[in-house]
Amino acid sequence: MSEAIKLERIGKAFGDVVALNGASLEVQSGEIHALVGENGAGKSTLMKVLGGLIKPDEGRVDVNGRDVTGWSTSDAIAAGIGIVHQHFMLVPTLTVAENLVLGCEPKSRAGVLDHRRAAEDVRKLSAGTGLAIEPERLIADLSVGEAQRVEILKVLFRGARILVLDEPTAVLSPPEVRELWAVLRRLRDQGDTIILITHRLDEVVDLSDTITVMRAGKTVARIKTADTTPAEIARLMVGREVSLSAGKRVQPLNQSAPANSDQGLVVRNVSVVGSRGIRVVDDVSFSVKPGEILGIAGVEGNGQTELIEAIAGLRSVAAGQILVDGVEITRHSVAKRHDAGLSHIPEDRHRRGLILEYTVADNLILGVQKSFARNGVLDNDRILANASEDISSFDIRPPNPILEARALSGGNQQKIVVAREMGRQFSALLASQPTRGVDVGAIEFIHQQLLDARASGKAILLVSAELNEVLALSDRIAVMYRGKFAGVMSSSDATEEILGELMIGARKGNAA
Amino acid sequence: MTATPAAARAQIITRAPWREHAEEALIPPLVALLVAAICGDLLILSYGQSPAAVYRLLLEGTWGNAYGFGQVLYKATTLAFTGLAVSFGLRAGLFNIGGESQLAAGGFGAALTGLALPVGTPLILALPLCMIAAGLGGGVVGAVPAYLKTKFGAHEVIVTIMLNFVVLALLNWFIAGHLHVPETLHTPEIHAGVLPRLADLSSTFHGSAANLALIVAVLVAAAVWFYLFRARGGYELRAVGLQPDAAEYGGISVGRVWMRALTFSGVIAGIGGINYVLGYKHYYEDGFASGAGFLGIAVALVGRNHPIGVLIAAFFFATLSQGGLAIHAFVPKQMMDVLQGVVILAVAMSVPEVRRVLRSARRTREA
Repeated sequence: MSEAIKLERIGKAFGDVVALNGASLEVQSGEIHALVGENGAGKSTLMKVLGGLIKPDEGRVDVNGRDVTGWSTSDAIAAGIGIVHQHFMLVPTLTVAENLVLGCEPKSRAGVLDHRRAAEDVRKLSAGTGLAIEPERLIADLSVGEAQRVEILKVLFRGARILVLDEPTAVLSPPEVRELWAVLRRLRDQGDTIILITHRLDEVVDLSDTITVMRAGKTVARIKTADTTPAEIARLMVGREVSLSAGKRVQPLNQSAPANSDQGLVVRNVSVVGSRGIRVVDDVSFSVKPGEILGIAGVEGNGQTELIEAIAGLRSVAAGQILVDGVEITRHSVAKRHDAGLSHIPEDRHRRGLILEYTVADNLILGVQKSFARNGVLDNDRILANASEDISSFDIRPPNPILEARALSGGNQQKIVVAREMGRQFSALLASQPTRGVDVGAIEFIHQQLLDARASGKAILLVSAELNEVLALSDRIAVMYRGKFAGVMSSSDATEEILGELMIGARKGNAA
Repeated sequence: MTATPAAARAQIITRAPWREHAEEALIPPLVALLVAAICGDLLILSYGQSPAAVYRLLLEGTWGNAYGFGQVLYKATTLAFTGLAVSFGLRAGLFNIGGESQLAAGGFGAALTGLALPVGTPLILALPLCMIAAGLGGGVVGAVPAYLKTKFGAHEVIVTIMLNFVVLALLNWFIAGHLHVPETLHTPEIHAGVLPRLADLSSTFHGSAANLALIVAVLVAAAVWFYLFRARGGYELRAVGLQPDAAEYGGISVGRVWMRALTFSGVIAGIGGINYVLGYKHYYEDGFASGAGFLGIAVALVGRNHPIGVLIAAFFFATLSQGGLAIHAFVPKQMMDVLQGVVILAVAMSVPEVRRVLRSARRTREA
């Protein structure tokens, strides 16, 4: 077998952010090659280098033995590289055939699109690959799995012999995944080369011949699938370096069990249906007691965001109940949930948590603006006094309440959100990625705030992509995988390896 | 974290960055005006006229005499209402293109009320009643796209544009079919015993159409300012306009804010109808609102959606429009339309650019 692709020591930085730092990839022609790694490991960036969307700062790109470093997207397409993107790029108002021939339409003598020939071409290709689809159907009428088939057909139609699939199963149901596997195997057997980007380990073991593991912009391993175990891949992905000393874990609070077991946050059999009609949260139940932190670990995109938004009232639940201190809030508005004692540090402070054009002081009253108004008129003196207090107790810098929030650093912006959400009366707190994009000092500070809230008897639900954060703060840890809790355990029983395997579905846990 | 709260509080700066605000508010429009003036010079020169002479004539015909100035104020009044209406919607992130029909419906409401009131109704009662009717007329037209957007997600731009045709055609049908004075397309005059022509109340502007509605416009601008920047409702409205996801997270009902913003945008435009109907003609005439609604968009844009900016921009556009009449002898009146367009383009293009330059200059100054 010859090498179809050879990427050597690729480096790429966006401003100060280093996305790739010595990433390498070797793919033999006629194999299915899995490229795995956590979110932000650089998998997609590396594929963009291959596809000509990004020019690397350093390194060398060889395709079929030819040096093509820094080529363009059209060069890449001409050389037979086809990238199937995670987000579909189809025109919903056109038919399957029209989408496929877009850009290279067969024309009749009068220069008009020859629909019949287009449909015929598509049908021929469809039969040859096993990607069954009716050429005359509208894209808008297709299911997600069918739309993906069209995406794959589209790159094949352009003559691609090297296929890159970016997270192809993210939106598919299990039967659709099995169909896709069959198609990919068939394409491989016909001699095509396939690169599969994923962070789901079961898929990797199922399908691939060779695996490249990336972490933090680097390639850390290249292994034959047959010679490895899911546990080893998981360890490589998560990395040993980020291990955590046991001394940093929280000590379980020695509290007597609360008289009323309804206290805190209770979630019963909650399901959430996502935008594509799939159950992104599937019958999840748990409770968080006062004075407890329940950490939810998991690879992003497994339903954590939707679960938190459903509890916060930003997304409707398809089934189930949510209670705060015994009061059912399942159908309450966001404002009424606040009144019931729910507080929420959202995962995306720029989209949800802050209004960047508002001043620090105005941001510090978002959600509690009602209590700062009398007869509908805002009390500016109280707003400023409140801001001054929060700024000094949370050390928000620069200490100027009338500065636009946009002017502050990420860590200080996050402190605004934390100060506001911790400053109000609450009994249950949803803390979603509370330290994302925050500098080290602020991380420590925010962690201490969460622990203080726990000590004062608040029920805290912590969601974080950072395993060590979950391990350091939680009393109990749940792992979310494909919309369900793959396992719930006491934090003293959890290790990074166990959590890592649960996170990628490589281990079956006790979904308590 | 180290300082005691009391000590830290003493360091907190509450100085408003007035200078920066003033610079960013004033310099970009001035640059835009300069660009427009240069374009105007070239246009005038292309007609073989001296720019200095034409500009002098323009100033004499507008600000230079009491009648001209009164006419500028009259035109500015309507533009202030429609500009405020558009900017109020834009603050909530909504583009109200329905100013034309809302203004017309408001004027229609005011005229109907004026015609229906019995002779001898005290002015103190008749004027507010007519204004309420005007606001209702515009508000109803504004509420339709608001409801369709909140309920069905219909885009307000499409709905307000299409509604212009529907409402104006309906009003035309009312006037032409039922209410007109024979041979005209206007209603009978409101009886002076009910409500005198507002322009007659003061003789300051020598028979021009400037009237009490100007003061109403200033009051409405003040009210809009207070609501937007001092009231809780305005805090929520601007939050929805700037970042709807964050507003929703903050417990604000985005749909309710949309409903309120578009409806009141319509109310503001509707009240503007009194300027023509009560202030000037004393009757409703088909097509009186023509153009004023759309120019309101430009006024809001140039006024940067701030009530004070909108008042200034309205005054400026009214000057151009009145000035077009004054310089008619030298250059075609249409040149003023071209100049208006140039001003809008110059503002749209130069404001972000000038602001960027200002900010980077400030950073170098601070560094």
